[in-house]
Amino acid sequence: MFDILEKVLKPFGPSGMETAVANTVRKEIEPFVDTIETDAMGNLIATKAGTDPNGKKIMFSAHMDHIGFVVTGYEKGGFLRVAPVGGVSVDMSRTRHVSFENGSHGVVVCQPVKGAAQMTDLFIDIGAQDEDEARTMVRLGDMAVYANDCFRLGQNRVASPAMDDRCAVALLVKLLQTVGETKDTIVALFSVQEEVGCRGAKVASFAKEPDIGIALDVTAWGDTPEVTQPAIKLGEGVAVKVMDKLSISHPALREALIEAGEQAGVKVQREVLAFGGTDAGSMQTSRGGIPVCTVSIPCRYVHSACEVIDMRDMDAALTMLKAWLNK
Amino acid sequence: MDLKQLTDIHAVSGHEQALRRALLAELKDMGLSPRIDRAGNVIVEKQGTDPNGKRVMLSAHMDEVGFIVTSCTSEGFLRIAPCGGIDPRVVISKRVLVGDELIPGVIGAMAIHLQSAADRKRVLDYSDIYVDIGAKDKEEAESKAPKGTYIAFDTDYVLFGDGFVSAKALDDRVGIYTILRLLKEDFPCTIAAAFTSQEEVGCRGGQAAAFGIAPDIGIALEGTTCNDLGDVPATAQVCNAGQGVCVSFMDRASIANRDLFRKTVEIGDAQQIPYQIKRGVAGGNEGGVMQRTRAAVPTVVLSVPCRYIHSPSSVCKLSDIDSQFLLAKALLKTL
Repeated sequence: MFDILEKVLKPFGPSGMETAVANTVRKEIEPFVDTIETDAMGNLIATKAGTDPNGKKIMFSAHMDHIGFVVTGYEKGGFLRVAPVGGVSVDMSRTRHVSFENGSHGVVVCQPVKGAAQMTDLFIDIGAQDEDEARTMVRLGDMAVYANDCFRLGQNRVASPAMDDRCAVALLVKLLQTVGETKDTIVALFSVQEEVGCRGAKVASFAKEPDIGIALDVTAWGDTPEVTQPAIKLGEGVAVKVMDKLSISHPALREALIEAGEQAGVKVQREVLAFGGTDAGSMQTSRGGIPVCTVSIPCRYVHSACEVIDMRDMDAALTMLKAWLNK
Repeated sequence: MDLKQLTDIHAVSGHEQALRRALLAELKDMGLSPRIDRAGNVIVEKQGTDPNGKRVMLSAHMDEVGFIVTSCTSEGFLRIAPCGGIDPRVVISKRVLVGDELIPGVIGAMAIHLQSAADRKRVLDYSDIYVDIGAKDKEEAESKAPKGTYIAFDTDYVLFGDGFVSAKALDDRVGIYTILRLLKEDFPCTIAAAFTSQEEVGCRGGQAAAFGIAPDIGIALEGTTCNDLGDVPATAQVCNAGQGVCVSFMDRASIANRDLFRKTVEIGDAQQIPYQIKRGVAGGNEGGVMQRTRAAVPTVVLSVPCRYIHSPSSVCKLSDIDSQFLLAKALLKTL
């Protein structure tokens, strides 16, 4: 699992620019699926046919994009002004190393301000001598992300700026690679633009008309000093979502997943999130409505340059999903 | 129809009848067969010269920001709510036209003589603002302007300065004007033009129009915020009037399809059509609903810089409106 995670964490992929991630995923899954297609928004959609002609069509989604910055202007000294792409925090961004698709690097800096800093107070230093040089290095509309990184933290944990949601991308790739024959058809959606409003999943679920939708995503943590909510702990197993701001999981589907996991002997946590949302929200309201649930990997420091997960929770998720599919 | 005729028509969100009628007549005069869908959009198609050509949706919204009557005071003044985003600071003492009878009205607020020092520091909001239609009492006001009556700005169309125009509703009559010009041209692709309803309250007409048209590609023709004023730093100006049509890489509603975005700016460069890349991500438009209709559509947004947008007097440069037409035309030739 770590090998595949390391591979899918690498490609550059802020919202709207997920092609490199899709290319990596395509190579990994090609031998294990029946069809692969890319739609007009860049969603990568793979289908693995089930053995039962009356089987259901189950869509799993894992989003390829992560948060970043988009260049909106140049300052005279050769600095860049930026706007957020998705939920970027000003505080988490101060003096962070960022990188662009073309290989340019930058440092995000906050200018001196009175009171709370805003996104408009940030600029990116790309090492340009002046505005003219900056224009030759980075174009308006180009995007930057927290620079690629991936390191092990202790025995079981891994940190990376792209963990949300590449850990779920790795999980879905691994599921396709190892699940073998299933009765139901699997539609694996590697979605785009989740961080700006679950946009890719909306069109893909319209196109594929699944019977059931399961979003694979990260969730927040409640196990660090002075943080207790949500009541989710790293290393305590996969989380199955009851609700968040965008969707309420289908109760029977949710319980079936939990039961399958527990029977397979893995730890499962129930997740109630007072904020946030996943592709499940878009899938649920597609066409005439689809039963959905979100399966979450607990992740500390979500939307920072060091998002931390526990590999034991990844393994638990894989075991639970396989057990559920084989029921 | 020219831009003056288009901006002189009143079509506040949800009450676009007058413009719908005018467009139907105009499009029929052009030999086209427009139809109205159930969301109140005017849709017209023009076959491309290539029988295998793509189906390209052009959208421009008919509606403009304005007001709706919510109640009437005991003295006969009208209480109002905005339709679409209007800063209450820009409406005080402006003349308006109330209802289909176009009853003259003035947006009133407490005279400066009566204001306390604290009042003068406070920004008025819609609970402090009313419309005076000169009614003698509540009964007369209610009979002339019952709840739900629409109110539009009463602003003259004026050409001024170095090729500028000032009018109400330039957002998005400029887009409608551009589409009407484009429909006179021949393209390999089929054009499905949507003159949409209720954009200013959430792209509601456009959502239905895009689903109904099911296009291969979508182009939104818009007016956009232009903040190129003296005291605004260059990085916050968004775009500059006179520097050409804006091409958007991202806004609140959509991230442009990268290939279509690049193709558009490359055509602008190659054919020396004045354009600028919009330097901001605020604001939303029908690019979003077109992009995410059905199983996804590549979209791009071309907008005319518009100073003082969503006010009684917005300002555009005529050359930018022309650039919008030229760049859209050049792009359509290649699709």
